[in-house]
Order: sequence, then structure tokens, then C-alpha cells
Amino acid sequence: MANAGRMHHDMGGRDAGPVDRGGHSHPEWEKRVDALMMLLSNSKRRVIGVDELRRGIEELGAENYSKMTYYERWVSSITHNLLEKGIISSDELGRKMAEVEDTARAAGDRG
Amino acid sequence: MTMRSEDSVLDHYQAMELAVSALLIDKGYFSAADMEAEIDAMAKRTPDIGAAVVAQAWTDPDFKARLLADGTAACESIGLDMGPTRLMVVESTETVHNVIVCTLCSCFPRMLMGIPPDWYKSVNYRSRVVREPRMVLKEFGTEPSADVEVRVHDNTADMRYLVLPRRPASTDGMSREELAKLVTRDSMIGVKIVEAP
Repeated sequence: MANAGRMHHDMGGRDAGPVDRGGHSHPEWEKRVDALMMLLSNSKRRVIGVDELRRGIEELGAENYSKMTYYERWVSSITHNLLEKGIISSDELGRKMAEVEDTARAAGDRG
Repeated sequence: MTMRSEDSVLDHYQAMELAVSALLIDKGYFSAADMEAEIDAMAKRTPDIGAAVVAQAWTDPDFKARLLADGTAACESIGLDMGPTRLMVVESTETVHNVIVCTLCSCFPRMLMGIPPDWYKSVNYRSRVVREPRMVLKEFGTEPSADVEVRVHDNTADMRYLVLPRRPASTDGMSREELAKLVTRDSMIGVKIVEAP
């Protein structure tokens, strides 16, 4: 197949194997990512459009795209869009991520 | 952004989601209660909604005509929230078998069916169904005869397709509720047909 000039996410018509129909898990954190996107894209807020989500996913690059899971791509794209729009800053994101990790670690230590 | 230490009990992306959501809540974009409500609403979106739409189209010719003309408006007219995307309903008939995909990502008529199955999002399904749809359909046990045209519809971020499958023969006496029970998610994607009971 001629794949020249195509981006990695553009899969229509490529060679590929049988469709694996097994397995369908949707853990809680993925539901939160899904809900986050729905909240940001709904007509009341219109913070990030579905097309912007997709562009952010496409821009992850071929290597990340194939390595990451579906909702990992989503949350990365959402975060990137929010940074790009100046809605959150990388400083506050870094601080908040450290904070939620510390909280989780403390909870884990207690358990 | 740097990865945190290996002993973290949270995965990097889980921490990212929690941090982003917490920041947006702090900034007043939405509340924690909004997030809970959204998760609950998504859990309630299942293929049963799409099945009810299909059963109504099978039993109400006027609704069916409106559904095929403007899927979004017809669904909203029966009280369904269609969100920001447009709906296009494609009818499978004696001569045409429809199947849907999203080759670029995973767009799916989620307001009518909930989240897509994993295989729908898979590289293999997305790559092959547009090039060798009959081979893919066969893997699902569906083999339209050679004189039936197979049409593959590629969803986009803003426009979603739903297959209106063929009503099986010998279901004439059935109620709308009984008919809806026959309609599966896979039949509305088009990888399967609706089987008679």
C-alpha cells in the first residue's frame, strides 16, 4: 500500500491483521477523562472542540501514538490544548501533579 | 513535564487527569459535582437508546422518514440529547448493507450507544474495514450476498453515522419494545445483522 505522505493516525486501507473482538475494560480513571472531555466540549462551555482533541492526539507523533493507550492519548491532548490556550500553565500543572501524587502516595502508605 | 518517581502509586496519566480536573475546578470551569453527573450520564448511554430509535423507525414510517432526512432533529424530537455532533442515519436494505468506522480516530454515535467497543478503536478494524469490508464482516459472521452493495461510512469529529439495520422477516406481530430487544450494538455499527427471535 502507498502510505507516503500519510500521517500515522490515518489508517484507512492499510494492511492489518484480524480484528480482536475480545476484552473491553473501562476503568474509573478513563471514565473521568471521558467526562472531562464532555464537560469541556459541551455547548455551555466550548473550551475544547472534538476536532481540537483529535488534532492534539495526531500531534503526539507516531511513536507516542502507538505506545500510549486510548485514554492516555485523550488526557495528553486535553492537557496540551489547555496549556496552549493559556487556561492552565505548565508551572501550576507540575505543582498540582506533584500534589495529587503525594496525596495518593500518603493514602497508599496508610493502606 | 517530567515523570515522577517509579514508586508513585498513581500512573503518570492518572495524575495528569486528576491535576487538570482539580485545576479546572479551582478556576471555576466546572464543579466536582458536574464531573460526577457527567460520569453518571455517560454510564446511562447504552445501545438500548439506539435500539429504541431503530424500533421506532421500523414501526413508525413518518418517524423513519424524518430520521433518514435529519437524524439529529428526529432524535431530538423524541427527547434525546444529541450533544455537539450531527447524526446521519443510513438504512440497510435488501440491496445495501451499511457499516460504520472511524479511520482517523474513534468517532462513534455515543449519544445513542455509549462508548465504542475496543475493537472499533483498534488499528486492525480501522485499517481494513474500508478496504476489505466483506472480509472484516465475515470475521463477525456476517456475509452479505454478492449482489448486495456494501457501503462503509467513515465518521468524523462532528458527524456521526448510525446504521438502521434491516428489520428481520417474521417479526410482524411484535411490539416496539419486543423489537428493540432484538437490536444489538453491533447491528447498529453494521458488523452484524438483526436476527429474528
